[in-house]
Amino acid sequence: MGQTFAEQILGHASGRNDVQAGDMVVVNVDLVMMHDSLSPSIIETLHNELGAERVWDRDKVAVVIDHVAPAATVRQAEQQQHVRRWVAQQSISHLFDVGRGISHPVLIEEGLVQPGMLVVGSDSHSTGYGAAAAFGSGMGTTDIALALATGKTWFRVPETVRVNAVGNFQPGVSVKDFGLWAARTLRADGATYQSVEWHGVDFLSWRERMTLATLSIEVGAKAGIVAPTGLGAEHTVPAWLRVENDAHYSRVVECDLSTLEPQVSVPHYVDNVVDLADVGRVAVDVVYLGTCTNGHYEDMAAAASILKGRRLAPNVRMIVVPASSESLHRAASDGTLATLIAAGATIGTPGCGACIGRHMGVLAPDEVCVFTGNRNFRGRMGSPGANIYLASPEVAAATAITGYITHPRNVLQSTEQAVFA
Amino acid sequence: MPRIWVFGNDVNTDQMVPGRYAPYMLGANDDVRRYAFIEARPDFAPNVQPGDLIIAGPNFGCGSSREYAPLALKRCGVGAIIAPLFARIFFRNALNLGIPCFTADIREQVADGDVVDFDLAAGLITNNANQIQLPPPEGWMREVWAEGGIVPFYRRHGRFPATGA
Ligand code: SF4
Repeated sequence: MGQTFAEQILGHASGRNDVQAGDMVVVNVDLVMMHDSLSPSIIETLHNELGAERVWDRDKVAVVIDHVAPAATVRQAEQQQHVRRWVAQQSISHLFDVGRGISHPVLIEEGLVQPGMLVVGSDSHSTGYGAAAAFGSGMGTTDIALALATGKTWFRVPETVRVNAVGNFQPGVSVKDFGLWAARTLRADGATYQSVEWHGVDFLSWRERMTLATLSIEVGAKAGIVAPTGLGAEHTVPAWLRVENDAHYSRVVECDLSTLEPQVSVPHYVDNVVDLADVGRVAVDVVYLGTCTNGHYEDMAAAASILKGRRLAPNVRMIVVPASSESLHRAASDGTLATLIAAGATIGTPGCGACIGRHMGVLAPDEVCVFTGNRNFRGRMGSPGANIYLASPEVAAATAITGYITHPRNVLQSTEQAVFA
Repeated sequence: MPRIWVFGNDVNTDQMVPGRYAPYMLGANDDVRRYAFIEARPDFAPNVQPGDLIIAGPNFGCGSSREYAPLALKRCGVGAIIAPLFARIFFRNALNLGIPCFTADIREQVADGDVVDFDLAAGLITNNANQIQLPPPEGWMREVWAEGGIVPFYRRHGRFPATGA
């Protein structure tokens, strides 16, 4: 019988090749990611609790300052300073400082994450490395400290849920709608302790695939791996990593992308997903485009294509926080950024921004936000009294123009009418 | 005697400790214990006593990898958490911190505020005359609990749990 991606990668990383779902394995990790928010406690656990003096391999650790970047308080500034000094003292090769962007896209852009690798990160959305067909998994402080000390971690080899896409999107519908459809179908615990495989999306860039990979944790998954087929030349797929259709899947679901309508996740749970058409008229205060899920160049370009020649509705603030400096640079080079700014949007420093309610656009009580991110939990972006709706960059842009949650088609059609009038 | 605190379904780590109250955001001498369920259940942190039990619905601890969420519960002295399904990262973090988690649905058999007897070794809750037997955890989990968490476990055994190596 064939193996799932999770079985192939964990088998390879454990040196046991023949592993199956349910086996317990000790694996060598290819890369450990840690970010500013948890690095101080990881460093503390590594040295003071585990008694390790050095990380096991200075070339296989990536430290990213993204969660509050640049620092908003003296306390954070001090802790970031402490982390930078530690990186220097440990001679760690990879530090991505303020402005470089969110760890998940940045480590792929830097070529540090390749198909078939095993990556652990101090962040639940480390499933995002599955965009490059790596097994990425989020862990807490202690597990990451153990991985830093030993270069190893342990897993129970997960069962796998397979999500198949067929067809392609209608105009105004995009990969976020597919990801939200999956959350709606599988539910928040539908892949707990399991991995998710995404198939049928060879036409997507790795950045678009990251939408699916990061949303995998929102159905509870240990890893969310997009099939390595169709990846660009910058990624080398090892010969042993293959789609094996006779692998055992705990569940298979299929989505016909050509019939998919825009999806919206309504407060306060990610799997509270409905068709946009069923949301009703929801007036919006803030449109926020950003995060590891949908803050990439492609997302800004999709929003710009709708906002081109238009203005934000009065009373709507639109905040754009690019996921990485590379995405920002591309958007600045081809006019995407100018389009967004001309429409009335403002641009933040690449990083996590207000995704966890710490800075750069936190919400007031009763405010309504359309957010291209991945969590609409109560209080996630600031006040627990705020309401967060998750949607695609296309829906976010259309909403910014009208001031209420809007199907991109309605905005695009109204121009066509204007042109012919 | 332990008191029962009942929580609902899909309790996420943003509810346990919002990101705005992370140790990263607070003064160096502040204790994350004070912020356990600060917005979702403000009566929890001021009243919870060491040994109290959390009983919840499925998918307890979903969301972020923040270990300070279970750490806050540990600092509150939570004796065990019992839910029909735990989110994976939370479950692992709780194991690493030595917080016993039992996978069982006992919401029908207890009510918020009940005062019970709890025998951790036997996995037995006694609520008035009613005895609730929790399913035994896998042996390797007990080994980690017995050491008080993964760090003391690793320091003593030099290996990861349940892996033999
Ligand atoms: S953008 Fe949001 S979800 Fe992504 S890593 Fe940052 S805080 Fe986490």
